[in-house]
Amino acid sequence: MTMPFYVSPEQLMKDRADFARKGIARGRSVVVLAYDGGIAFATANPSRALHKISEIYDRIAFAAVGKYNEFENLRVAGVRYADLRGYSYDRSDVTARGLANAYAQTLGTVFITESKPLEVELVVAEVGASSAQDQIYRLTYDGTVADEHGYVVMGGKAETLGRHVEEAWRPGMALGEVLRLAVGVLGSGEGSPAGGAGGAGGAGTGSAGTAGAGSGAGSGAAAKALVTGGGLDVAQLEVAVLERARPRRAFRRLTGQVLADLLAEDGADDAPDADGPSSTAPGSTTPDAPPVGGTPGVKQAPAAPEAGDKGDSEGDKPGSGDEKESGTD
Amino acid sequence: MGIGEGTSGRLPDAFLRPGSSSFVDFLADHAPDLLPGRRAAALGGAAAGVVNPASLAPHATTIVAVSYGTPGEPGTGAVMAGDRRATMGSMIANRAIEKVFPADEFSAVGIAGTAGIAVELVRLFQLELEHFEKIEGSLLSLDGKANRLGTMIRGNLPMAIQGLAVVPLFAGYDLDRGAGRIFSYDVTGGRYEEHEHYSVGSGSVFARGALKKLWQPGLDASGAVRVAVEALYDAADDDSATGGPDTVRRIYPVVATVTADGYRRIGEDELEQVVEQIVARRRQGGALA
Repeated sequence: MTMPFYVSPEQLMKDRADFARKGIARGRSVVVLAYDGGIAFATANPSRALHKISEIYDRIAFAAVGKYNEFENLRVAGVRYADLRGYSYDRSDVTARGLANAYAQTLGTVFITESKPLEVELVVAEVGASSAQDQIYRLTYDGTVADEHGYVVMGGKAETLGRHVEEAWRPGMALGEVLRLAVGVLGSGEGSPAGGAGGAGGAGTGSAGTAGAGSGAGSGAAAKALVTGGGLDVAQLEVAVLERARPRRAFRRLTGQVLADLLAEDGADDAPDADGPSSTAPGSTTPDAPPVGGTPGVKQAPAAPEAGDKGDSEGDKPGSGDEKESGTD
Repeated sequence: MGIGEGTSGRLPDAFLRPGSSSFVDFLADHAPDLLPGRRAAALGGAAAGVVNPASLAPHATTIVAVSYGTPGEPGTGAVMAGDRRATMGSMIANRAIEKVFPADEFSAVGIAGTAGIAVELVRLFQLELEHFEKIEGSLLSLDGKANRLGTMIRGNLPMAIQGLAVVPLFAGYDLDRGAGRIFSYDVTGGRYEEHEHYSVGSGSVFARGALKKLWQPGLDASGAVRVAVEALYDAADDDSATGGPDTVRRIYPVVATVTADGYRRIGEDELEQVVEQIVARRRQGGALA
């Protein structure tokens, strides 16, 4: 008769946690940052169709890192949960807190009972009436829920990148500022995950500091303004926002020229200029770009970024240069 | 159970099961008691023949839809308008009910028939389109939306036979063709594409007559709004269940356009002007009175 080996519960949990942590660290990071007009999400994702950031409900969005099939399943479950709840009660009764709890229970149960924990880490964020009422919940593979304030970095080299964000982020930043911060941080984290960023920014991604990455971007003349500070191409970024001022469905993806304009704004006139894009949101009470199927009809006054200014803006940008250099060392 | 959260607080297995992008299918699988049509079984044959369904629940009446512009060119779309009256037998149940709703960003749905079921059906239809959009990350085609609505009407057939019928009118902007299109339905879920204009509900006979005379090719948006309001005015003239514009209480029809820019409800001020023009012309015994 064979005896099962005794494994202490501590060891069992530790093994599972290590397994999940390793899987999550393999992917690219997702950065979630609060800004004055809502909550912004950014990640490096060359796919146009396989999203890591998605809409769950009117004011609620979802971001995930880890195994795609696992978090996609959770995302669909979240949409079903929210839609069913909104249909049974009322749209205003669907909250990020309830969804985060349901996710936490699910992740926790799977962690304990299934043969393999889910290799995912999630953020459930809800934009409130004011920035004080914004909610960002971070959920880990074992069902732990953390109520975060202001920002979250998860996946990849989350700890290193998190320190960069911690240094540079402050409440009340404008959309352009937080996006430049997010992309700068993401760019500094590139290079280690297998495959690299590829594309035009590939040359810059290997270097440790943004100074190197910035020059790489400048030299890539073919990519023009579409290469951002961190050496990431706009086409390789997945960026979305929950805009407080949108009437019902707050979720909006930022792609193409709109994103390039936001990222290229000059660092010096951040305050007035970066208000531009976020002040299109108040205007959205009048007929505005519908939040459906990508961003059809999203029009903004182009910020007309100049190639020469770009280099400067990298330097002025919060969280760039030395801060990052010290972090990556 | 109702909304289907188990006692453990974790998401039920049905939520995590890979499958359809349809919310209605999910509901039929997971919580069928929440589907509007399913209650017919519980109702049984008891209601039929005993009570006149028309006096049992409020009924919504006339909806008109008008397409305008030249397909493929800018300034193309469709207008949908509904009066504001709901009746219960010979009583006016509600004089400010709204029967035209945005189905999603590029389509509108108007309802005639049993108001309670119809409003619930519209809510479910809106959710169905939004659910698909969120799960799939893309919009359904206009034909896909129209078919989906047909399927949902079919689900209501048992209740329709008992007298609680819902007959919607669906209009949307087809992003592929660049044109406004109109679809009508029967109680069995049959879907028919209508050209130029259409009307459903108790006053539809009169509204259709008006539409035939007033509609012309190449109308612009404001012209189409005027035609729709005028057709409702004619329907209210001859049908007791259709309410005309109430200038005393300032209750005007719900009028919405769907174009490439999305769904837009026409504002009260704009409608007031349209209504006043029509009333003024008719008071003078104009040609169209």
